[in-house]
Amino acid sequence: MSLLPFCRWLAETRGSIALHESLYMYPLVESVHVLTLCLFVGMSVLLDLRLLGITLTRVRVSEVTERLLPWMIAGFAVMLVTGVLLFYAIPVRSYQNIFFRLKLITLAVAGLNAWYFHEGIHRRVADWDRDVRTPRPARMAGILSLACWAVIVVSGRMIAYNWFDCDMQPQRAIVNTLAGCVPGQTR
Amino acid sequence: MLSVFQSIEFSAIGQALKNSSWAFAVIESIHLLALAAIGGAVLVVDMRLLGLGLKRQTVVDVARDAQPVFVWSLLVMLVTGAALFVSEAIKCYYSTPFWVKMTSLALAILFTFTVKRRATLSDHAPASPAMLRLIALVSLTLWFGVGAGGRWIGFSG
Repeated sequence: MSLLPFCRWLAETRGSIALHESLYMYPLVESVHVLTLCLFVGMSVLLDLRLLGITLTRVRVSEVTERLLPWMIAGFAVMLVTGVLLFYAIPVRSYQNIFFRLKLITLAVAGLNAWYFHEGIHRRVADWDRDVRTPRPARMAGILSLACWAVIVVSGRMIAYNWFDCDMQPQRAIVNTLAGCVPGQTR
Repeated sequence: MLSVFQSIEFSAIGQALKNSSWAFAVIESIHLLALAAIGGAVLVVDMRLLGLGLKRQTVVDVARDAQPVFVWSLLVMLVTGAALFVSEAIKCYYSTPFWVKMTSLALAILFTFTVKRRATLSDHAPASPAMLRLIALVSLTLWFGVGAGGRWIGFSG
């Protein structure tokens, strides 16, 4: 099932057009989205680096998660709301953008990784709370998280470039497949 | 002044970056990744000064731990930022957000390595909580000016 019809419908809604064409709202939403990186990804990076024994080594891991997690969740909420708004403003082009697709897939991987960490090794954090060199699963979770967020940030930025857009034909067949291009339905 | 910006953009490096279809995007991506890291390093300290986040640690401990992350990501920001600037120096010259960003950046760096450093990283007499909060607010305001100005360069022109 393709979500393209839904995206095309969404693009015709009054709110989507208004946001897309607004002089200040769109850049404002995008700025909030980008700058909240500092809060959400910034805090995630610190937690990941703690798991890797690189920073905050004298702070217990459970304290880092306890004290920083509320801020990360708040940051993520802002990222999510502004991100949805950015998609809402430009639904069809985003849906058919390979970087947008890569970003969503990597977001899912990052989410699974965080869930696995919290349900797994972090449940026994009392056993390794003060370790500089944390257990292997914790280090793996830290590395995977850093890699995922790097891909998410970079692919998010790349959405703005139109190199692989469906209306920039001809494209390689693989690009058209991955982007889900449908001739004549690029907006 | 404009002629200086022109000769920067028309330099060999400036032209090479400008004529590459990928260079700007790649450098900008690295700039953004470092933004996340520097943002975390600045926020965790300023939040501590405001009594938020890692408040069971001493200010000195948090600041010392965040310092390497801050310094390294600042270096990456400056190098990639300089490369982005060289590729579009003339546009920057006419961009108000660019000048806002550069002014904020100069003040932020100055403030961070003098007042804030003295209050958070040295063993001098500790500043009062009110003073620490003020330092955090000044730091957050200046770095916000750098970030917001930076994002807004892309919207103008």
